[in-house]
Amino acid sequence: MTYILVGLAIICILGGLFFFTTATIGLLRFPDFFTRLHATGKGDTLAVFLCLIGFALYEGFSLTALKIVVIAVFMFLAQPTATHAISRAGIRRGLKPWVKGEERR
Amino acid sequence: MNIFFVAVGMGLCALVFLVLYRAIFGPGVFNRIAAISAVGTKTLIILLIIGYVYNRVEMFIDISMVYALLNFIGCIAAAKYLEMER
Repeated sequence: MTYILVGLAIICILGGLFFFTTATIGLLRFPDFFTRLHATGKGDTLAVFLCLIGFALYEGFSLTALKIVVIAVFMFLAQPTATHAISRAGIRRGLKPWVKGEERR
Repeated sequence: MNIFFVAVGMGLCALVFLVLYRAIFGPGVFNRIAAISAVGTKTLIILLIIGYVYNRVEMFIDISMVYALLNFIGCIAAAKYLEMER
């Protein structure tokens, strides 16, 4: 039983590392502020959720695991809110979204 | 299992250095805020990994929780400030 939980934890943490990598590549390679925010907002949210669930599975049934789950739920609510706030500030400051054919900004 | 945690932590540190390129050279202040938010998210996981490596998770979990809250509040404050300006 313990080995199954540890294996599931390793799979979840490696999945989180994969999504962190893809979010970082998107943040470095995309041409515009809004597209970069799209990559890092969604990718980082899923990656944090997977990593924290993996740590909670590795921990077992204790108070620390409960705190980890609380952080996971909080990040799942807070990260899209922060992304939305930043992108709305960008729109109101007058940044135009990138269309195909323009230069990288 | 300890070696696995150290390897994951080193991978996350390398990703943090890659994101710092966007935070330093990124054109405009909005790119920098997005990059700093991504760095804070990765730091939260790195703190938990440090706790597991040193066998003191119950102390580092509270630091990680406070870091998540401060990252969120800083992001919202910067967005509000930049929205009010001008």
